[in-house]
Amino acid sequence: MTAFLERLLGRLPIGWLQLVHNPARLAAALAGVAFANILIFMQLGFLGALVESIRLPYSAMNADLLVSASDMNTLADGSPLPRSRMVEALSVPGVAAATPLHYGKLDWRQPDATIRTLDLFGVDPAAPAFRTPGIEAGRAMLQNADVALIDRGTRNVPMALFEAIDRGEPHRFEARGRTLTVAGTFRIGGGFSADGYLVVSDQTFLRLFPGRVAGAPNHVLLRLEPGADRSAVIAALRSTLPAYDSVVRTLDEAVAKDQAFQTTQRPVGLVFGFGIVIGVLVGVIIVYQVLSTDVADHLREYATLKAIGYRQRFFLGIVFEEALVLALLGFVPGVLIALALYAAVAAVTGLPISMPATRPLLVLGGTIVMCAASGAVATRRLARANPAELF
Amino acid sequence: MDTPSDAAIVVSGLSHWFGTGEARKQALFDIDLAIERGRLTVLLGASGSGKTTLLTLMGCLREVQAGSVRLLGQELAGADEDVLVICRRRLGFIFQAHNLHDSLTAMQNVRMGLDVHGPAAPADWRSPCRHLLELVGLGERLDYPPGNLSGGQKQRVAVARALVGNPEIVFADEPTAALDRESGFQVVCMLKALGETRGTTTLMVTHDPRILDLADRIVTLEDGRLVPETR
Repeated sequence: MTAFLERLLGRLPIGWLQLVHNPARLAAALAGVAFANILIFMQLGFLGALVESIRLPYSAMNADLLVSASDMNTLADGSPLPRSRMVEALSVPGVAAATPLHYGKLDWRQPDATIRTLDLFGVDPAAPAFRTPGIEAGRAMLQNADVALIDRGTRNVPMALFEAIDRGEPHRFEARGRTLTVAGTFRIGGGFSADGYLVVSDQTFLRLFPGRVAGAPNHVLLRLEPGADRSAVIAALRSTLPAYDSVVRTLDEAVAKDQAFQTTQRPVGLVFGFGIVIGVLVGVIIVYQVLSTDVADHLREYATLKAIGYRQRFFLGIVFEEALVLALLGFVPGVLIALALYAAVAAVTGLPISMPATRPLLVLGGTIVMCAASGAVATRRLARANPAELF
Repeated sequence: MDTPSDAAIVVSGLSHWFGTGEARKQALFDIDLAIERGRLTVLLGASGSGKTTLLTLMGCLREVQAGSVRLLGQELAGADEDVLVICRRRLGFIFQAHNLHDSLTAMQNVRMGLDVHGPAAPADWRSPCRHLLELVGLGERLDYPPGNLSGGQKQRVAVARALVGNPEIVFADEPTAALDRESGFQVVCMLKALGETRGTTTLMVTHDPRILDLADRIVTLEDGRLVPETR
């Protein structure tokens, strides 16, 4: 390693030699960097899971465009939309189909008295509102009153229950004073606001929520005719539908709006964003402490080298070399432990937490910058002082 | 002051202070001094007399506050960092403490005295480093880290590091303090021989009376002022 670094740097790898000279300190420093990496990875993982969990229900929809109330920020909020907007939308050339979507939240009491909160969608069983295979396959069953399809990804529900449903053994439970019969399953997965999803017919939805009316869905899903000019249809819809109560978005726009709102306006998104900042700060403090201690410990040696003509950039090079070694060697256990924790979190919570290929590169790049910045700060005293003041 | 034409260092009207405000204390008072090339000059004086301050000012290790220091023809007063770096590369330093890198071997520590010259350093660094270490009696301990060397051996590595780059001037602050009688004497003899063979100038702060006999010149400081010379 020393010979390789010497060839790479064109000089003695003093930084590397200093680090390995004190194995206990090196191990502590690497543990610190790995810890900071894990912290950042976990916060990024949670933030990524939040973003992904927001996207999942949208991607399950069988729609090109979404008409929502103008005050809509997420799938779950916003005022109900006048159903007449659906009819108006259907009159726009290029719109092939429209179907209303009702949204609500339902508590599902478990045998152990715990509650699973479900995001509930009420759909017209005659229209293919979702493209998810389980929903599409079970859509006909929704014609029957109080029949529901449940998300197999619902958190903390025994898999045996879903398997039994799929074998044709419906599961019944009480909710909002009615007995629902769960006759089929599909898969979306739980998010941060609910443990999973439940799909019922619009009529069942209205029986569960008597305060809601058929004429006021939360969203209208639009499908365009094949070959229709999407931009032109959107423009026509926006000029047709009154902007004071409705807004037209592509699914991607709706997802982006929802994700932006939840990650910047909602506490959960802010907490994860803040967690990333804390992780970076912890990393900077740990690396700065390691490097500044190392510089302080070698100040007399550095001063001697400065006295014989070494420039400040040489010392910066040593500290950057140390920073790079710490960043790279600390990153490896950091990313491996983070991967194990991702798997554990996904298994326990059902959250869509995963490691995209870009994330390790981002964190590694950030760690190198973090370590280099800490190193630059750690050498300030050396840069300012006359050599004689350092002995 | 008569300034010899072959002076390696010419100091004139040099004063220096430490501290600020009411705590400001003058360490050197209007020093005029010329150090001839190729000679072994010893700076003598009681503790606190200003020897090390004068040595570090002449060796580009401190900023000149008042007066002039011309080192190898270069004025140091007001010189920028680039000029100081170039000057420092023409010098060798031996300090009372060896200041070796614990993580480097004796050879690698000595190599640091060569690598500072960058592309101008010899490609084969091993030969001169080995030669110098053999000269100071450490030919059998080339790959020893400082932790496995005695105090005197470490100091001899520091001497080798100071000399490996063929400096024009060697500044030595109590270089024999950590050496036994024989080793200290050998090191100073080597420095004196360098002056005779290569024209290397040596300026040394010491309290060691044995070395005084080897000195070509003795400059004495007393409370920051030069004492008229007797030799």
